[in-house]
Amino acid sequence: MVFLRTLVHSFTTVSSTFVHLLLDHARTRPQAPALREKVYGIWQTTTWSELAVLVRRLTCGLAQAGVAQGDHVVVIGENRPRLYATMLAAQALGAIPVPLYQDAAATEYAFPINNAGVRFAVAEDQEQVDKLLELREQCPTLARIWFDDPRGLRQYSEDGLDSVDALLTAGDAHYSAHPKFFDEAVARIQPGDVAAMFFTSGTTGNPKGVVHTHGSLLDRAQAGQRFDKLTANEEVLAYMPLAWIGQNIFSYAQWLACGYVVNCPENASTVMIDLKEIGPTYYFAPPRVFEGLLTSVMIRMEDAGRAKRWMFKRFMDVAKRVGPARMDGKTLSFIDSIKYRLGDLLVYGPLRNTLGFSRVRVAYTAGEAIGPDLFVFYRSIGINLKQLYGSTETAVFVCLQPDHEVKADTVGVPIDGVEIKLSDSGEILVKSPGLLKEYYKNPAATAEVLGADGWYRTGDAGYLDAGGHLKIIDRAKDVGKLAGGANDGAMFAPKYVENKLKFFPFIKEAVAFGNQREQVCAFINIDIDAVGNWAERRNLPYAGYTDLAAKPEVLELVRECVEQVNADLATDPMLAGSQIGRFIVLHKELDADDGELTRTRKVRRGSIADKYLVLVDALYGGLAEQYITTAVKFEDGRSGSVSATLKIIDAKRFPAVKAAA
Amino acid sequence: MNTAAQVLLKVNNVSLSFGGVNALTDISFDVRSNEVRAIIGPNGAGKSSLLNCINGVYTPQAGSISLGGQTFSHMNSRQVAEMGVARTFQNLALFKGMSVLDNIMTGRNLRMKTNIFQQAIRMPFWNGAAEREESEHREAVEKIIDFLEIQAFRKTPVGRLPYGLQKRVDLGRALAMEPQLLLLDEPMAGMNVEEKQDMSRFILDVNEEYGTTIVLIEHDMSVVMDISDRVVVLDYGKKIGDGTPEEVRANPEVISAYLGTSH
Repeated sequence: MVFLRTLVHSFTTVSSTFVHLLLDHARTRPQAPALREKVYGIWQTTTWSELAVLVRRLTCGLAQAGVAQGDHVVVIGENRPRLYATMLAAQALGAIPVPLYQDAAATEYAFPINNAGVRFAVAEDQEQVDKLLELREQCPTLARIWFDDPRGLRQYSEDGLDSVDALLTAGDAHYSAHPKFFDEAVARIQPGDVAAMFFTSGTTGNPKGVVHTHGSLLDRAQAGQRFDKLTANEEVLAYMPLAWIGQNIFSYAQWLACGYVVNCPENASTVMIDLKEIGPTYYFAPPRVFEGLLTSVMIRMEDAGRAKRWMFKRFMDVAKRVGPARMDGKTLSFIDSIKYRLGDLLVYGPLRNTLGFSRVRVAYTAGEAIGPDLFVFYRSIGINLKQLYGSTETAVFVCLQPDHEVKADTVGVPIDGVEIKLSDSGEILVKSPGLLKEYYKNPAATAEVLGADGWYRTGDAGYLDAGGHLKIIDRAKDVGKLAGGANDGAMFAPKYVENKLKFFPFIKEAVAFGNQREQVCAFINIDIDAVGNWAERRNLPYAGYTDLAAKPEVLELVRECVEQVNADLATDPMLAGSQIGRFIVLHKELDADDGELTRTRKVRRGSIADKYLVLVDALYGGLAEQYITTAVKFEDGRSGSVSATLKIIDAKRFPAVKAAA
Repeated sequence: MNTAAQVLLKVNNVSLSFGGVNALTDISFDVRSNEVRAIIGPNGAGKSSLLNCINGVYTPQAGSISLGGQTFSHMNSRQVAEMGVARTFQNLALFKGMSVLDNIMTGRNLRMKTNIFQQAIRMPFWNGAAEREESEHREAVEKIIDFLEIQAFRKTPVGRLPYGLQKRVDLGRALAMEPQLLLLDEPMAGMNVEEKQDMSRFILDVNEEYGTTIVLIEHDMSVVMDISDRVVVLDYGKKIGDGTPEEVRANPEVISAYLGTSH
């Protein structure tokens, strides 16, 4: 009987919708906490039954305002319980919540709103309301706007602008007139219905609305739940934007699938404090957040007393040596395990506590490549940090790293329901129940990525290694081939090489060339802070970037970094040919103002190659040095020029080694 | 803004001198309920002296001040505070070693009713008057912390905060009194543009959310013109202008005294 019940239960949860899951939780565990929010310094709990009532009131309120099945409702704000409830209420009506980035400029909202003909929006506060009101002329369809926090908005008298409180009151009136409405509306929702739309921040052209159904989002949420054995007892801190599908899956889809508690921080600046107070058990963040946390620890360590610094260094060395193996489930030697335990008592434990990671059972990072040192640091102090692979179009979960099988340069194994294969050009193709339904009103773009055979083109190049782990190399369109020379026809992945270089703290930017060339050459920017500090400790005087970048000692330092990258690449079966043969340390920092980087600090390889053509020619022409003058724009708008004679350095390359996988 | 609003504070022919120096000469102006009133003028014009007369730090030699319908020839600091006037200071009056929370709590001082003996006694399973009172005050303080968006610094000693945030805490301490009239002495001195914008928004929000009447001294003309309803201009202790920002800006005497003349 018990067995039968669990069987039935698992059946009902697998094919469900967000609102049905909410009502299930409210029925089976009404008093369990669903959401917590820190208000006036005290964590306030919303239980599942309270949340269900809130959602019913909002649903009736939205219905009263004219929201109907198929309508889009824009949601803009930080993670706030009432915004979560609004998304559920929209879904209860068969309407589609469209979360947008709260830190975007008003003009960036115009496209999504007009694209979907949005008539309704729910905003967190005055800041967001002001942006939406600014758009009214551009977006004539936007009729109603509700705000959660009335502060500063009491004097506003714009048409269609109202508070969420007023929406709730209207909902109550609607409910007493139509008491059956909510249940009937909820009964109509099917797993195949569209549940949400996420706009991807396209680097070129207009953003695209990625359409997901209840089924696709929940299937992936549940696959992730099974993979990491998540329970209703997890604690999650929601502080990334809801418009990012990563946060949406972790704090919304999986929240409803597992029934755990989502905690909303007080505001963006208190996240560190809230993290420590809540002590999440399940954590997700892009690499830059982990990097920021580590930096703040390191800065505080520099200020610590001598004894503490000594202890920290001593035990971090132990952690670096034995921590990763320990996390991989290997047994340590007796002495090492005593040392590690002592370190745990004195350093790692308190450090995890300071970071707010004392209770973390599973932590994920995704979104971009994470530096191996950074990744290993967290694992070595006993935090189960793992990587995953996925995108907005795949509802995140494609590949995850299983516990004890974690490598810094792969992103894990395909999980339940996912099939992976490579196209002839080496692009990763994915088939999964979590794939997007379509790009909204954009059949051409949909057809480009989603074939009739059901395979989704990720646009990433990569391969499955001997252990079945997926390794991402680069964007497929950037991957090229070497031509001529010793490595004719070998694969060349510029970003992979550049990232490997950039993981060194001394190297800030790198640009790799090699497509249709006989060897790989690179431009390198040193990190003025890190190298400057290094130079000061060696009593090496310098005057500014150009001078420092030309010092023979610095060039030697960079050469060591490059050769380490080469040694590393030599062990890679696919990319051994991408070792860097010659490089130049550039005389100026690459800058977005000079058109060399995008605003999000990605290198524009093409325009750099054009601008520094003489240097590229010098690299491939075998010259030992080259004179160059470059026009630069200063921040105050003046322009000038920087000139220098740059030395071209040859780096040692290594024969390809067959490394054991 | 309702221009026919009642007058909350009226300064009648006030004069103040230190020995032979006339700091203020025959100054008269009024402050209406619920408005933002600015006092501007060059250095040494008597702006801070005027504020000090209003809240009882200095006693003027001549003239009187009416507050809430009562007229005084000199003000008493405590009495003024009890009548609902709070102020912030040009050179911050905060306890540097105490947390943000405790600093703002000091602003509740006038509203604490329990005596030292009640506060000293604490019993298990029974919330005494002092404990109930403390949690009420804590709630009021938390609302101010939320309002000023300084939640991240609740427990941080004030001395460790940057100057712009200390100014905000100083405002919080004044707000903790739940004042009817708030006197701000150069709330934006020494701030960068972004901090000034934040502070301007907080001042307007205080005015709007709590209905607090605000008198502020400020040097930055653009700020004054943006946020105040009416402006008084002082120069060498004399009033040379009074009116809306537009009127004041057009007043030739003000232009020559404050903004400088082109010779």
